[in-house]
Amino acid sequence: MSEMKKIKNLKEFSTSADRFEGANLLCPGCAHSIIVREILNATNDDLVLGASTGCLEVCTAVYPYTSWDASWIHIGFENSSTAVAGAESMYNALKTKGRLKQPDRNPKFVAFGGDGASYDIGFQWISGCMERNHNMMYVVLDNEVYANTGGQRSSSTPIGGSNTTSPAGTHSYGEKHNKKDMMGIMAAHNIPYTAQVAPNKWKDMVKKIQKGFATEGAVFINAVSPCTTEWKFDPKDTMALTDLSTDSLVFPLYEVIDGKEWNITYRPKNVVPVEEYLAAQGRFKHLFKDQYKHMIKEWQERVDENWAYLNRREEARV
Amino acid sequence: MAFDKMELRDVEVWDGNHAAAQALRQCQVDVVAAYPITPSTPIVEGYAKFQSDNFIEGEYVMVESEHAAMSACIGAAAAGGRVATATSSQGFALMVETLYQSSGMRLPIVLNVVNRALAAPLNVNGDHSDMYLGRDSGWIQFDAYCPQDAYDLNFIAFKVSEDHDVRLPSMVHQDGFMTSHTAQGVTTMDDDKAYSFVGEYKPMNDMLDFEHPVTHGVQTEEDWHFEHKARQHNDLMTKVSPKIDAVFEAFEKHTGRKYSQVETYDMEDADVAVFCLGTSVETTREVAREMRTKGIKAGVVALRVIRPFPFAKIQEAFKNVKAIAVLDRSAPGGAPGAMFNEICAAMYAAENSPLISGYIYGLGGRDLTKAHLVDLYNELEANVKAGKVTTQLQQFIGVRGPKLAYL
Repeated sequence: MSEMKKIKNLKEFSTSADRFEGANLLCPGCAHSIIVREILNATNDDLVLGASTGCLEVCTAVYPYTSWDASWIHIGFENSSTAVAGAESMYNALKTKGRLKQPDRNPKFVAFGGDGASYDIGFQWISGCMERNHNMMYVVLDNEVYANTGGQRSSSTPIGGSNTTSPAGTHSYGEKHNKKDMMGIMAAHNIPYTAQVAPNKWKDMVKKIQKGFATEGAVFINAVSPCTTEWKFDPKDTMALTDLSTDSLVFPLYEVIDGKEWNITYRPKNVVPVEEYLAAQGRFKHLFKDQYKHMIKEWQERVDENWAYLNRREEARV
Repeated sequence: MAFDKMELRDVEVWDGNHAAAQALRQCQVDVVAAYPITPSTPIVEGYAKFQSDNFIEGEYVMVESEHAAMSACIGAAAAGGRVATATSSQGFALMVETLYQSSGMRLPIVLNVVNRALAAPLNVNGDHSDMYLGRDSGWIQFDAYCPQDAYDLNFIAFKVSEDHDVRLPSMVHQDGFMTSHTAQGVTTMDDDKAYSFVGEYKPMNDMLDFEHPVTHGVQTEEDWHFEHKARQHNDLMTKVSPKIDAVFEAFEKHTGRKYSQVETYDMEDADVAVFCLGTSVETTREVAREMRTKGIKAGVVALRVIRPFPFAKIQEAFKNVKAIAVLDRSAPGGAPGAMFNEICAAMYAAENSPLISGYIYGLGGRDLTKAHLVDLYNELEANVKAGKVTTQLQQFIGVRGPKLAYL
């Protein structure tokens, strides 16, 4: 077992030895890079990383450059989970056979994917990796849209959001369907650890990631990743917007252990109305027209309902 | 716990699937990631049983689809070790995206493809329609005609693919049911002798070398993509063929069994020749020998290596022949047969100009009989006498209904 990295404060954390270089092509204000750095900086162990086709991939590995100072693989849109699972299987094989070049190391296997790659096209691959309980972590960088291809809806896109394939218009409030409950589905695999994280709550996030790294078996992480380009807010406001997402309980922070033990890890002192979260983003601008205002009320009811549900799960221990 | 070695008789009665599974066991593959599909299922079942009985030390990952199987193989190969899998037909079709990715990433995976028809209509029997899905994918493709070949070609495939000058994946094809489920005598190697032919895997750019992190599967656009693809093509065109010849020669020294990229039969003085693949080769050889007793100088040419296509060796094989029938066991899809086109291309650039006609046969497991082949040789003889192709260029063999002929 490797020693857990000790992190005292944000300054120290942010200046940790970087294995994800700042030299990348992600948009200014993109939360992806913040989340990825926080995850990689949570450990000093060696890393074997994977990424699905998407913003993170196209912005960090454009030949002949790479932003990764750790082993990294990209195959396609749907299979970063299985690519990393394959590498983890090879690690186990070579360990058994005594052929590891550095047998004393304790590598961590992490796959990243956007919500399109995870909730939609790569769903089956992730489910397979979780069910087989590979000793790996899968992280969704959840920006609720196909951002890399210019803002099409995914099954993570929330109801009422305007995007290029379910645009708001004179006869439509935009996306018609509720966001898929990926956390619930993954927890139902009864994997050792499932958690939702947000980059603004970095202590909560690092704690969960370190817990995930210390777990033997499959770990699923859903990370809220506000997208300045597609959510339409000023790049300087990424953290403020993330605060709104967690404090309005639109993105509640919680963890699930073995599919049974649900723990809410952050209870905002002052819960912000969902309306404030929606109002801060251009993708929901049309909801404030009289025609679609009923949606705001429905949003609040849905968020309240979900929060009550999570509290019941926490209490019930099932 | 160390794994056990298996005692084998010098000659075992194995079908093609079991022969392939035994070869994978003897090569001590580090990771097999697989998904079952008829008719290749017994390969992964056989391998799983070997693992359950402690004949395998590596990892065996039973994934949830063929796409995932090849995805896991890619991750495992990039991590740095020997990797293999098996599939057929629809599963192979589902894998196609990852075929291009594995070869483009220069990962030496071995894939056993037990050839089967493609739906619709759904059909589990053998033809070569699926094989051609891999034709442009940048893989090396070997073709087995019988269980012995299916066994031997796996060792050859690892040896060629894993060479650091090659670093390209290989497919070993065998015909669904006709080879995969037909038991024949297979001359074996004992475990030590078998493993010594492939030897220990030598990693390159392995993700598990933590002192040398690597980035696999990068993005290239108009600035670099063409150069990468051209380099891969160049290696297939120039480096792979001599390497295959060298490995065939080494295998002959190791076992006494000889393979050639183009397998010729009675071609020294042949006037007419049939070109085919897979299990049809043995049947056609038998008929060719019988035609000789009737005064027709018949020969057979077959590919052992489909990719890289042995262009010059095909020209050499057909250099004295007057008429060729090219048999394609795949749905032509509105064009001349795939192999017909390739043989025509090679012979167009050759010094002689044989008469070439194409035949579509055996789709969905339909039998090719000796009587069909007798008719074929007679038709070729008639073409020679007439000095031209007396039929249309594309005909169908063994299909019911009105005679089909085109072009």
